[in-house]
Amino acid sequence: MKVAAASRMRLIGMIRKESLQIMRDPSSIAIAFVMPVVLLLLFGYGVSLDARYIPLAVVVEQPDASTASLIGAFRRSEYFDPQPFESIQAAQQAFDLRKVFGIVWLRNDFSERLLGQGNAPIGVIVNGVDANQARITEGYIQGVWQAWLFSYARSRGVELSLPVELEPRIWFNAAVRSRNFLVPGLIAVIMTLIGAMLTSMVVAREWERGTMEALMVTPIRIGELVTGKLVPYFVLGMGGMLLSVAMALWQFEVPLRGSFWALTAASALFMMVALGMGLLISVVAKNQFVAGQISILITFLPAFILSGFIFQISSMPAAIQVITHIIPARYYVAILQTLFLAGDIWPIILSNSAALMVMMFVFLGLARRKMQKRLDA
Amino acid sequence: MITLRRIVALAIKELLALLRDKKSRIVLIGPPIAQLVVFGYAATFDLNNIPFAVYNEDRSAPSRELVARLTGSPHFELTGYIDHDARIAPLIDNKDALMVLHLGPQFSENLKRGKTAQVQLIIDGRNSNTALLTLGYLRTILASFNEDWSRQQGRPGPPVTLQMRPWYNENLLSRWFIVPGIVGLLTLVVTTIVTGLSVAREREAGTFDQLLVTPLRPVEILIGKSIPGILIGLLEGSFILLVVVFWFEVPLRGSLAALYLGMFLFLLSATGVGLMISSLAVTQQQGILGAFLFLVPAVILSGFATPISNMPELVQHLTLINPMRYFMVILRGVFLEGDSWDLLFNQYWPMAIIAIVTLSLAGWLFRHRMN
Repeated sequence: MKVAAASRMRLIGMIRKESLQIMRDPSSIAIAFVMPVVLLLLFGYGVSLDARYIPLAVVVEQPDASTASLIGAFRRSEYFDPQPFESIQAAQQAFDLRKVFGIVWLRNDFSERLLGQGNAPIGVIVNGVDANQARITEGYIQGVWQAWLFSYARSRGVELSLPVELEPRIWFNAAVRSRNFLVPGLIAVIMTLIGAMLTSMVVAREWERGTMEALMVTPIRIGELVTGKLVPYFVLGMGGMLLSVAMALWQFEVPLRGSFWALTAASALFMMVALGMGLLISVVAKNQFVAGQISILITFLPAFILSGFIFQISSMPAAIQVITHIIPARYYVAILQTLFLAGDIWPIILSNSAALMVMMFVFLGLARRKMQKRLDA
Repeated sequence: MITLRRIVALAIKELLALLRDKKSRIVLIGPPIAQLVVFGYAATFDLNNIPFAVYNEDRSAPSRELVARLTGSPHFELTGYIDHDARIAPLIDNKDALMVLHLGPQFSENLKRGKTAQVQLIIDGRNSNTALLTLGYLRTILASFNEDWSRQQGRPGPPVTLQMRPWYNENLLSRWFIVPGIVGLLTLVVTTIVTGLSVAREREAGTFDQLLVTPLRPVEILIGKSIPGILIGLLEGSFILLVVVFWFEVPLRGSLAALYLGMFLFLLSATGVGLMISSLAVTQQQGILGAFLFLVPAVILSGFATPISNMPELVQHLTLINPMRYFMVILRGVFLEGDSWDLLFNQYWPMAIIAIVTLSLAGWLFRHRMN
């Protein structure tokens, strides 16, 4: 009984010390509360894969009614901002200077061929440097072209019928808003930052200043030390998470179709993993410069690129796909995107949570062992 | 008078402080290389092996022909056939398939009669970009199927056809877009952190005040402290360039000198920002956090992964003060579009201005931020 009371007292003391340290250092508060807001605003408004009003150079060598109706179809589309050019040379110049993203070119025999044998070509050049943007633009151009074919046939009293027509239905995100998947994924990036980076820096500072050794000669046990360090940062991280979710729901109007409690539970689990990573990094690095570099390079950037947050994991080479399995954010991003957009799909939530659980024990266990060894040395 | 000897001495001292520690050395060299390789392969929007399932109620030759065109494409990978409507939802929900193709029982009958045959397509929209690209790939396959079918049946083709040609990146490999950008990403991270900590480290240790009372003038301190960051950035950037050209085989079509001028100006402005953060920071932790608060928006708002033109107008104006934005254009311009000096002039001068402003501010802060 007495032992338990002493332990509780030591633990509370430790938590109090860490909490005071957080409160007194404005940069910790900044990373937990200002950072999520800034990041979410940046991503929510700054990162979009949805192109609108793509500037297109339009060259019509012999304007008449049918070219006007075709160009009109481009003009009416919200995806394009067509700008007329006199000649293909002038259009190409603008293209080279990156003033337009593509060129639509109707040669002088366009209408003649359209009314004659058919098969009149629309020449289209797109800037392929940004391949993703180019593919999406090509898709939009195809859409405009196809819709125009139907309206053209109808205007001539003919019923145009394609042999096979696609009837696509996009589930979970019918409007195909990229914000709907970017904002939930961003929560994983933010929590990685709070958990891993902040913890690694703070604990590395204690090693650097020698106050960690001072702590170790006190009666406090390693387990209490670790717990005492983690509790305040856990609270800080969950605060950041709640703030992010609130912004996702009300600022960015992302739907939350799953249960809030499943989201909170999964986030708490991920927070523990991130804290474990941060603690491990700090024990290994023991100085702030190294800890800062490592946590940016092995926690933040992978959470960004290897987690499936933007880039599709199943399209990566097999070796990289294997690596993604040791990135905790991968499992959390899968849970987030499913909970926000699809709902409580338990097979996905539970299997990914199990993976997070394993990682939590591995990271916290390793950090604890490393700490003990140092004390012996 | 500015003395070269004093500047060199300070620069050497800075480099030693950085490289003497084995862990710092490893951190400067190891992770960026690993990142380069991993991200070079991982950061791509191109889709391969999209898992899909087929619900074919028709089972005729034309429907099998259509499915065969999908399985023959490297973009798609068939995971199995289903025979019931109710199976669709679990497949998509559990991510066992990214899309399900549904061919109704009347598919081949309609096709043969000249009526439009509908194909239902259910796509997982959790990642909307993937969904859009998947739809794009499928449309292309379907368009060629339609064309071949019409020709076989002797039906007239559409009155107007599209001839689309992408320039500069003919096969639309998104790796060619992302990998040159990594040169900018990694050099920015390394240079900003090296310079972001250089003054903060001395302030924390209390040696910065000593530096200020030496005969070194603030300009000399500024130059001496800038040299290591730029040097390390240039070396690392050159190494990454080699990997991009020889390992990832991205074509380098333009002038290398134009690229290096850009890299130098870019690193100069990154150094200015780093030193500014560093002289504002009291501790190394604040230095790193400050560097980070600069790095994250700088990367996001640079056009590295998503185009600046998709951003709201206000945010687009904000990107004008971001040096990485200009370097991204230079990198891609030189690599893919074959640009030389003249086409890139509008990218050089904004970086030069950013460098001058941030470096002067940093120099001013050296003297005026005393605790």
